[in-house]
Amino acid sequence: MNNSITNHKIGELDPLLLNSLLTKYSHESKITKWDMGASSSRDISVQVQKGNAKQLKGSQRHSMTLRVWNKYNQVGITSTSDLTSEGIRKAMRGAIEASVFGNKKESPEFSSLAKAELAEINPKVSDPHTIEELLNIMKYAEKKLIDTHQSIDSVPYNGLNESYIERIYINSEGANRHMKLSQSSIYLYAKAEEENKKPRSAGGIRVNSSLDKLDINSCIKETSEKLISHLKYKSIETNKYLTCFTPEAFLQLISAFSSMFNARSIMDGVSLMNEHSIGTQIAVSNLNISDEGLHPDNVGAFSFDGEGTPTQNINLVSRGILTNLLHSEATARKFGVTPTGHAGLGAKVSVSPDWLVVSKCKPEMDKDQSLNVKKTLQEFILIDELSAIHSGVKASQGSFSLPFDGWIVSNGKKTSIEAATVAGDILNVLKSIVKIENEQIVTHQGISPHVWVQDMSITGEA
Amino acid sequence: MTNSLLAKQNENLLFHTFDETLKPQIEDLLALGKAAGADLVEIFIEKSDNISLLAEQDDISNVSPSFGIGAGIRVFLGKKDGFVSTNDLTKAGLLFALNQALGMLGLVTATINRDRFDGLSDMKDFGTKKNDWLNLSPDLEESTIKLLEATKSLAGKNKNLQVRRASYSRNWQEVLVAASDGIFARDIRLHQTVGVNVIAQQGKNRSTSARRYGSSGNTDDLRNWEIDKSAYELNESAQKMLYAEYVEAGQMPVVLANKFGGVIFHEACGHLLETTQLERGTSPFHDSINKQIAHKAVSAVDEGLSNHAFGSLSMDDEGMEPQNTLLIENGILKKFLSDRAGSLRTGHPRTGSGRRQNFSFAAASRMRNTYIKQGNFTPEELIKSVDEGLYCKSMGGGSVGPTGQFNFSVEEGYLIKNGKLDKPVKGATLIGEAKEILPRISMCADDLDLAAGFCGSVSGSVNVTVGQPHIKVDSITVGGR
Repeated sequence: MNNSITNHKIGELDPLLLNSLLTKYSHESKITKWDMGASSSRDISVQVQKGNAKQLKGSQRHSMTLRVWNKYNQVGITSTSDLTSEGIRKAMRGAIEASVFGNKKESPEFSSLAKAELAEINPKVSDPHTIEELLNIMKYAEKKLIDTHQSIDSVPYNGLNESYIERIYINSEGANRHMKLSQSSIYLYAKAEEENKKPRSAGGIRVNSSLDKLDINSCIKETSEKLISHLKYKSIETNKYLTCFTPEAFLQLISAFSSMFNARSIMDGVSLMNEHSIGTQIAVSNLNISDEGLHPDNVGAFSFDGEGTPTQNINLVSRGILTNLLHSEATARKFGVTPTGHAGLGAKVSVSPDWLVVSKCKPEMDKDQSLNVKKTLQEFILIDELSAIHSGVKASQGSFSLPFDGWIVSNGKKTSIEAATVAGDILNVLKSIVKIENEQIVTHQGISPHVWVQDMSITGEA
Repeated sequence: MTNSLLAKQNENLLFHTFDETLKPQIEDLLALGKAAGADLVEIFIEKSDNISLLAEQDDISNVSPSFGIGAGIRVFLGKKDGFVSTNDLTKAGLLFALNQALGMLGLVTATINRDRFDGLSDMKDFGTKKNDWLNLSPDLEESTIKLLEATKSLAGKNKNLQVRRASYSRNWQEVLVAASDGIFARDIRLHQTVGVNVIAQQGKNRSTSARRYGSSGNTDDLRNWEIDKSAYELNESAQKMLYAEYVEAGQMPVVLANKFGGVIFHEACGHLLETTQLERGTSPFHDSINKQIAHKAVSAVDEGLSNHAFGSLSMDDEGMEPQNTLLIENGILKKFLSDRAGSLRTGHPRTGSGRRQNFSFAAASRMRNTYIKQGNFTPEELIKSVDEGLYCKSMGGGSVGPTGQFNFSVEEGYLIKNGKLDKPVKGATLIGEAKEILPRISMCADDLDLAAGFCGSVSGSVNVTVGQPHIKVDSITVGGR
């Protein structure tokens, strides 16, 4: 086995060299204002099938996005994965050419916080492993998962990955951000089939900053338990049901409608909210939603965004009231606030959440305090995972119609639902929450408790 | 090799132009891989030059040129393969990637030994007549003018359109494929897409409508775009859906319109006929060759040959010329779509379907232009045959689960009552399972048409065409309120 593939430093960026080349080429082109975001990554991943390696992958990739301002303050941008000096020179030419078409009415500027002090995240970059080590772990996981139940016949989708990522932001006024981190993940998606029944499948995923910290056994256990619970299934009738969303499912739903909290979407007229929505009651009064990129459980956190603004934790909904939005430099300027550290880098800068955290503020305000996912005896639908979010969500209208994996629970007994969709309107859902459970659960996409909603429209096939 | 990507020795790019002069250097890499014990080594090299533009209301709000270089090296040993991608096209960078791919399979680079490698064939150059495509495509100025013309045309159609957007992407790609079995081929690809979408609003009612058009190898595609026709169609759809009520959920017969209605076949069946799915053991059709899997009204093909269609190609990403692959004939399964790895692992012969988004993905069996063939009915006859059901005029996106469960949203739908179109409805999702739905496609009309789209799967997002005539599904679950 060739171990050099994982400890070689190929692929790492040199910020000083990048800075000097950009300074040189901008002088040559008489450009006085520019900024640049670059990233690089090194990954290895393995996939197995029936105890054998199926596909082994590696990559060393890098790219940069360069923005320049011309003398009319129009912005031009070019992205490239060619980080040779010729590639960077070409990117500079491309950005200058593109600046002629820059939007005169709305030009981004440098973030006022691009040189502000950063939160100290300083993640420890883990030591790399060999492909052989990854392969052995993955073979073990596949076998152990299949051995948990006689009906589990394969793990058709699986992967174990180890990545090293770095990000740079530099601008012509001296901002200079550079950060590296490591990340490892495993996903297991297993299939089971029993005689005269349809094949069933279920999956699990774990992400951590290092392979050594990855909780592989809990991923196996979760996948197996879910899959076994789906073996006995039935159709349900189309109706309105009391519904409990698992933390994963509730975060999926909130993320799908995160344009509600997105100042860019509001400015573009594609959000359910508008410029006057701050202070509006949009949910039950014991619901809090925040975006916490700096949360210690967010293993992929960078300390700055695409514009160099420090990552910040932002309260979005407090006691059901919309309190803040996520901003880039341009949207913050428009709204008269400071950037929040959620920007990408572009001529028109995108805004996106980092790590959503759902919590409750006043337990006594639950409409039905008796509800508990482990104890409730009355019939309810437990939604574990939503699918087809890209096609089933109309974010600008608030409506959704999504297939889901889940169970009908009656007298505490869970029976898998054969196939069904849940439909609704997000604002109605947020106002129809009857219980937010106390226990917050960390998932790979954020933190949330179980959330109960009354009268959800479910379409079944019975 | 140095730690810096920008150091001087990296300036010596191995690949400046993709032509015959590269042959000795590529042969060296392939010979090294073979000498190390690999069964087969494949190198895919790519250069790209793209632009994407966005017009919102009456302004150009985003102009984003991008370009890139990269290589993917794949090594096969038995039924295993190792794949490494890199942006570093120096000799050292490519050697590093080759060593990494070999190392993954437990192989160690030896010295060059030609005993196990007969050399590359003469280059098959599919790009000779395409060298001027990049220059003949619209430049930034022409493209921005055209997009602004589109948003202006929309403004003139309807005062209720609160958001008017038009986007344009031009993706130019030069690729070179070389493999130790002698394959040596070059191609140039040009894909252009135009997207238009609107949000109509009146009072508290909101509706959205979107269309996408796309082509391959047609430098004049944007120039020839019939803007007024698109604007009219989009506005009609948004306006009709503005006051649509939510559809009532249930089981019902459905008539799906032609063009993008074909997404149901793409999702419900096409993916399950890729050897990628057979390898995983997740296709319910794995043992169904020459068996009836669909209603006899259904014949379907996947091909890469239709002139300027979005999924057409001169060669696949493994250097093989595409075919016209008959998948289903009168309901009987005839063939699977196969790539190099799929052929190796399942025994189904390659069909020129090895595709990847770019160098950073290993090729996999993927669809190209996939459609149900037309039948003898008129669309009106299909609608007339339904007492109570749903007409899906325009489809949104969809997805398919690992064992064939699919779902897709209806962008513009109408109830059918007593054989006639009734009021518009929104919020419908079609849900089903391939094996159960295919036998229920009982009628095909005589109006086959294609639509461009993007398909995301194991080897990234690739350009595809979906298509069909109007079809009738006897019964399907419609999700709604």
